[in-house]
Amino acid sequence: MAHERLLPRQYMILGLVAICAPLGDACLSRGMTSLPAISVLHPLTLIAAVFTPWIALGIALLIGFFASYLTALSWADLTYVLPATAFGNVIIELLSRLWLHEHVSWQRWLGVILITVAVGFVAQGPSLTVHPEEAPAEEEARA
Amino acid sequence: MMTAANPWAGAAMIAAVVLSSTAGEVLTAAAMKSVGDLDEIRARSGLKGAIRAVITCPLFFAGVFFLALAFFSLLFALNHLNLSLVGPAAASLTVITNSIAAKLFLKENVDRRRWTAAALICIGVYLLAH
Repeated sequence: MAHERLLPRQYMILGLVAICAPLGDACLSRGMTSLPAISVLHPLTLIAAVFTPWIALGIALLIGFFASYLTALSWADLTYVLPATAFGNVIIELLSRLWLHEHVSWQRWLGVILITVAVGFVAQGPSLTVHPEEAPAEEEARA
Repeated sequence: MMTAANPWAGAAMIAAVVLSSTAGEVLTAAAMKSVGDLDEIRARSGLKGAIRAVITCPLFFAGVFFLALAFFSLLFALNHLNLSLVGPAAASLTVITNSIAAKLFLKENVDRRRWTAAALICIGVYLLAH
């Protein structure tokens, strides 16, 4: 399991994974709460909701998340990418403190610190497991 | 809410979310590994080539199927259980099951560093939800 450090472009992709999902969820939440209650008897109103600005922005961000998530999985292990998705929780917490000026309890700050430490822990290690049968082909490609 | 009345049903709903989500994540990861580095494919054959490489991989659709199943299982669970229970329980258990599944099925080298990170994320998610 030896692999060079990620390129700046690849760190940027992981950053997009961490940022796009919480921002997308926040936009969907903002859009859905601003709409009147939708009844299960009128499901078509959900389709109309898709075209409202906040929900459309939320969907665009979630498409961006899925595209960057798939890209990250194509060159990194699932267990390497997972902490990046968990880091989205930290971003939500920071946004709620800095942008919405909400009170964040010490338990939540502790949660933020633990997830940040976990991300730092994994980021220090190799990003991809190279299986012995793949190693010669990879060396050949590098040469 | 079902939590107090029937804890086994609640546990089964959370298990359904966690298992379908894990299956979806692992199948999607396996699909992307079989496709290869998307950045390289995009540089070689453009965005269309990269999209074609992904959507012609059957494993990718199996992954998306299970991710969709996880989404609807979550909606069903939220219909019966509190968000404050389902959210953190599903999020933290999924981190653990994904690490186990990645080791077993994707043969990833989940070393002590990654296990520690998974445990820290579990505790962190729990603390954020409370």
